[in-house]
Amino acid sequence: MTEPQKLTEPGSKASLPSLFISFFYIGLFTFGGGMAMLPMLQKEIVEKHRWCTEEDILDYFAVGQCTPGIIAVNTATFVGEKTRGLLGALFATLGVVFPSLIIITILSSILKAFSSNVYVSRAFSGIRVVVSALILNSLIKLLKSAKPDVFFFILMLVSFGLKVLFDISSVLIIIASIALGLLYFLINRKKEPRA
Amino acid sequence: MTYLLLFWEFFQIGLFAVGGGMATIPFLFDLSARHPEWYSPEMLSDMIAISESTPGPIGINMASYVGNTVSGVLGGVVATLSLVLPSYITIIIIAKVLERFKESPLVTDLFRFIRPVALGMMAYAFWVVFEVSVISEGVILPVNAIAFVIFFALIYLLNKKVHPLAWIGLGALFGIFLL
Repeated sequence: MTEPQKLTEPGSKASLPSLFISFFYIGLFTFGGGMAMLPMLQKEIVEKHRWCTEEDILDYFAVGQCTPGIIAVNTATFVGEKTRGLLGALFATLGVVFPSLIIITILSSILKAFSSNVYVSRAFSGIRVVVSALILNSLIKLLKSAKPDVFFFILMLVSFGLKVLFDISSVLIIIASIALGLLYFLINRKKEPRA
Repeated sequence: MTYLLLFWEFFQIGLFAVGGGMATIPFLFDLSARHPEWYSPEMLSDMIAISESTPGPIGINMASYVGNTVSGVLGGVVATLSLVLPSYITIIIIAKVLERFKESPLVTDLFRFIRPVALGMMAYAFWVVFEVSVISEGVILPVNAIAFVIFFALIYLLNKKVHPLAWIGLGALFGIFLL
């Protein structure tokens, strides 16, 4: 093990501008977000800057997946906080968000100008078919990685049914699931204290 | 006033959308139902397509796009930052207690319930786009049938590693020449 000592130790010496620039770069070259971001993170954050280790990144990523919000942003916030605290988190988060904001702002004004064009509107009718396939595809991917059991499917179907049949707001349905989880936890822990 | 409303709506989405960018989509359909003057489900489907084919995390692209559509450049900024704020706070807290968070039985129990419901919401988002694009869009029946076949072929093909951008391009050609 002859690790060069000169390089920055994991978890230290990230300047605020370099955090911003690195995450700006990651945001700019991530298509679709989520998993697509992982290889970029490994290259920028672990290999190039050595702000954290490979295991750290995987941990942050795992937490980012099960906390509310966009996974890519959550991971950025996490890396920023771990390297430079609150301000670091702010710079990293703004960095990853900025490219989208700029690109979409420009693009949406261009597309607005073309939206009355027959070919453009026809193209979008075709694209919508693809979009539903894309959503279904990522749904299947997530389903596979969740390793669902019968309970999982039942809960998923019930919430889908509630939504389609009664059009209850998604926020309410999620809150209900949190309440159920809390209830389950309380009953579960009372039955077998200290597993 | 619109900015305040945008802030409130997107703050809620940021707080309750678990599972990444795609998980925000059912909430955005809710939003178009509650504020029909903001955008239609068809418009949202188009925004999804554009967000998929531009750089950046899809959830952020969507927020920027929706905010922009509702009330211009500043609207995009407000929507995006409001979406990010709840998770920013959450992560700051969790970063301090990471080890305990990972092993906490409460977290495990909560996610036994949240995860399937979040996927149920995504299934609903799929259903809305499917209805808009495949069932009610094609006026003539044969065209509809073609859309249907292409749709299922795509799902199969999507499991092979082809960039979503390529499929969106294909969808555009299909629309121009066949719809």
